[in-house]
Amino acid sequence: MRPSLSLGLGLALAAALAAAVSLVWTPYDVTALSIADRLKPPSAAHWLGTDHFGRDIASMLMAGARTSIAVALVAVGIGMGLGVPLGLLAAARRGGWVDEVVMRCNDLVFAFPSLVIAILITAVFGPSAVNAILAIGIFNIPVFARVTRGGALGLWTLDFIRAAEVAGKGAARISVEHVLPNIANLLIVQGTIQFSLGILAEAGLSYVGLGAQPPTPSWGRMLAEAQTMVTLAPHVALFPGLAIVFTVFGLNLLGDGLRDLLDPRLRPRA
Amino acid sequence: MTLLAVRDLSLALGQTPVLDGISFDIAPGEVFGLVGESGSGKSMTALAIMGLLPVGAHPRGQVNLAGRDLLSLSERDLTRIRGRDIGMIFQEPMTALNPMKTIGDQVAETLLVHRAAPRGQAQAVARDRLARVGLPADRFSPGLYPHELSGGQRQRVAIAMAIALRPRLLIADEPTTALDVTTQAQILDLLAGLVREEGLALLLITHDLAVIAGQARRLAVMQKGRIVETGATEALFRAPRQDYTRSLLAASDHRPVRPVRPAPAGTAAAAEPILSVRGAVREYLLPRSAPFAPHPRLRAVNGVSFDIAPGESVGLVGESGCGKSTLTRAILGLDPLQGGTIRLGGSDVTAGRTMSPTLRARVQVVFQDPYGSFNPRHRVDRLVGEPFHLTGRPRDADARIAAALQEVGLDPADRHRFIHEFSGGQRQRIAIARALIIRPDLIILDEAVSALDVRVRAQVLDLLARLRQDHGMAYLFISHDLSVVRAVTDRVLVMQAGRIVEEGPTGQVLARPAHPCTQRLAASTPTIPADWKEPAHAP
Amino acid sequence: MRRYLLGRLVSLVLSLVAASLVIFAVIEIVPGDPASYMLGLKASAETVAALRTQLGLDAAPPERYLSWIAGMARGDFGLSYTYKVPVSDLVAQRLTVSLPLAAYALALTALVAFPAGLLAAARRGRIADATVMGATQLGIALPNFWFAMLLVLVFALHWQIFPAGGFPGWEGGIAPGVAALTLPAIALALPQAAILARVLRSALIETEGQDFIRTARAKGLTRGQTMLRHALRNAMIPVMTILGMQFSFLLAGAIIIENVFYLPGLGRLIFQAITQRDLIVVESVVMILVFAVIVVTFAVDLAYAAIDPRLRRRA
Repeated sequence: MRPSLSLGLGLALAAALAAAVSLVWTPYDVTALSIADRLKPPSAAHWLGTDHFGRDIASMLMAGARTSIAVALVAVGIGMGLGVPLGLLAAARRGGWVDEVVMRCNDLVFAFPSLVIAILITAVFGPSAVNAILAIGIFNIPVFARVTRGGALGLWTLDFIRAAEVAGKGAARISVEHVLPNIANLLIVQGTIQFSLGILAEAGLSYVGLGAQPPTPSWGRMLAEAQTMVTLAPHVALFPGLAIVFTVFGLNLLGDGLRDLLDPRLRPRA
Repeated sequence: MTLLAVRDLSLALGQTPVLDGISFDIAPGEVFGLVGESGSGKSMTALAIMGLLPVGAHPRGQVNLAGRDLLSLSERDLTRIRGRDIGMIFQEPMTALNPMKTIGDQVAETLLVHRAAPRGQAQAVARDRLARVGLPADRFSPGLYPHELSGGQRQRVAIAMAIALRPRLLIADEPTTALDVTTQAQILDLLAGLVREEGLALLLITHDLAVIAGQARRLAVMQKGRIVETGATEALFRAPRQDYTRSLLAASDHRPVRPVRPAPAGTAAAAEPILSVRGAVREYLLPRSAPFAPHPRLRAVNGVSFDIAPGESVGLVGESGCGKSTLTRAILGLDPLQGGTIRLGGSDVTAGRTMSPTLRARVQVVFQDPYGSFNPRHRVDRLVGEPFHLTGRPRDADARIAAALQEVGLDPADRHRFIHEFSGGQRQRIAIARALIIRPDLIILDEAVSALDVRVRAQVLDLLARLRQDHGMAYLFISHDLSVVRAVTDRVLVMQAGRIVEEGPTGQVLARPAHPCTQRLAASTPTIPADWKEPAHAP
Repeated sequence: MRRYLLGRLVSLVLSLVAASLVIFAVIEIVPGDPASYMLGLKASAETVAALRTQLGLDAAPPERYLSWIAGMARGDFGLSYTYKVPVSDLVAQRLTVSLPLAAYALALTALVAFPAGLLAAARRGRIADATVMGATQLGIALPNFWFAMLLVLVFALHWQIFPAGGFPGWEGGIAPGVAALTLPAIALALPQAAILARVLRSALIETEGQDFIRTARAKGLTRGQTMLRHALRNAMIPVMTILGMQFSFLLAGAIIIENVFYLPGLGRLIFQAITQRDLIVVESVVMILVFAVIVVTFAVDLAYAAIDPRLRRRA
């Protein structure tokens, strides 16, 4: 395994592990306020220090990982769940009106400034993690539809699809049996990319107060709260940012590594 | 006198030896042929001479061009030699030119990078060279872009680029393999003319012995990175010294023993045809010229009628774009007709779901590309068994798959392997097993042996003949290669611009073609002169 | 060429119509009555009803849609509920911040991305490539608002080279305005530059692998010459696509950065309008942004045709 892939996998797993452990244990209760301990720098008792309410930053980061991962994961699920079938359908009916409609709808979604719409959705339906997921997920749909269609179109020109047609198989069956397994690589890689973008987007929404609501910890909101005291206690702003950077960086490395690993053209020949 | 002297050229990529002690000479103004099957190292030899090997490849030995060893030159010095002293053209004209630049600029660039002429003068030379390769400026403006030209015309542009500075050596790596036979003949004529009139030497690399026979004075035969035999072309063809050369020559015009027609020879009309095409019309809508204007139509198949009797082997030949593939798709029930009928064993073929699985099961197909024909994620048993979708999977499916594999000369145990573990020839055998598994009445062989090396091709042709003998199915053999059609078909149809222009018994049509299209095809097909062949030793 | 242009133009108009319908529909289903919002909780039912009539909220949806579109065509975007001024004035004023910011950031993006992408592709597989790839991978992972906080910490609070936030306007000259936009532009540009550099690198490498590059080398071109004369132009198609998307992002996606730096731009306007339920402003500004995105897409399509002769086939 290449070192960048190992590093990516390590960072991504670390974030996932932190999130999983936070379900059963965090060093401190993330809701417990302790004004006496406010804005303490990192120490043996508080590894990453405390925030302005005296909450343990390490514990909040662990719990925040849970929010980030959950939001991004479900948003990728929405994007794949709807985008992949749409993309397969468009490719199976390539050149026809169904294809045209699907692709035009895609272009239309792309024409909307995604962050603005996400803010609009969360503002209209009230800020919450669920609405953040929906807002991010909607913009994942055209991404997956486009990637799926692009990959599938190339496959539809190949003779093994022709052979399946000669064997009397319909477009739906061919899409599932022959097309989908051969674009799985593309989808895994794109999924990783959208996952990391989802974490960034969730952080952004939470930063402007439209993501997960208190007391649910969130990396983006930690940064928003830290902004006013960044000169007093830089560590409060530093660690949540680093958490985001490392997680997203890890996921991107993982995506790139998977692309190389799964691309048969790059695979060393046996 | 020697222009190019290759001495002991060896090359390994990683641990794999690619070239092993290659030596040959080319004299000024000579056509030297380098022939071999795929993977023999022909192209690597050319790239080694040009200094264009993949990064990390370090050839050993010597490549002397007029006394300078090219292998010892720096990259900077090599760029001064490439294009000036040696020109090169490649196989695939469709992708060999930059789509974003005009052909005039691309030819002129050869002069400009070598500072051989100021810009204006380079354009004038480009014009002149393009005219020399058959693209005069009054009909083919140097301002054209590659996409506005056909494949043959693009190959002419590539040649003009390569000869713009009148190099002493031109390397042509499979220059006509991607082209039609008629275009191939024109390009080969052009190259021969350049050699004659401009005094350049030509290193002609090809897999096709017949092309070499018509062009090269001397040749070298390559196998697995070595030269097995070198000599004057005619002498070598008449009396090959090595077994390998002999087997190549034998395979190049191999004719399998054709089965005697199983159908009763008496009354041809009595036998109900297995395939009957009547007045078939297939149209495509072209993009409209303006929004809301009616779509222009292209009649790819225009009133085609013919029959195929049970057990008969029929060839369908024609230049690319004549409508062969479109017709094939219609017969397979993949595309609807806009007129006429196609009947398979008496029932109408329709496209899509309206065609019953039982009817579909009567016709199967083998495609050209041994690599694109199989889903790389499925194992061989699933691939071969796919047509069972039409008949319902029988109880003894596994046994039948094993038997089919055995019948095409593979090991029944191969059914648990993935397709990437097989060679091109083995893949075509698997494709034949897949077509055979439900015992169709008709198998369409769509350029099914075109991508194979000659010796493998001969084996697959033998296999096809034997299967027809054993099972009595009919073949529709689509090919651009008249020699293959001559070898395996009873009757031939010649197609041009969507119509069948000539048909009749294969031997008769090809020996005395009546239609200009057939005459052109027959005249363009390169052949090894009949009197060069070894005295018959075959039965 | 004419056909291509006409086709793009038709799709431009269709996209605009579709987008306006979607925006109108979304605003329709938003809960809350603008009139009661404007008048506050204590207003009587009669005054609210009167205002609704005055604002034209009584009419049927198709009628309101058409009058909205007709108004926009005349440059009349309606009246802001909260600011009580024409939306067009608000937008025009905010654009004097947002447009220069987007252009500044886009210029920085290209300035960083092109040398980095070219260098990485030319030195493929070597240290320079690995460094660029590692740096861009980190750049993509940077949340721009956090990066902005770090920039403020270092360049505004510690070294005090640039202002930490706010915008002095252009009245006092170009220099203070540019200074105020520098840190926001860097914060916006660097993550985008990382994306663009990677796209450029992979497009170049992909093109370098094509047959015509080998042909060019056989003519005697050096590696560097093939990259600049042949590969770059072919690689521009994906690069233009990304650049077009980035301009839209820089214009509309600056919301968060404008918040960090307290810049009175379009993003901040729409953010405040959303939180204050100033739906006329939201509706109009989103439409303007979508219009900008669609027009930029159209411009990119034109650029394709300028670059790629295959798209300007004679009609």
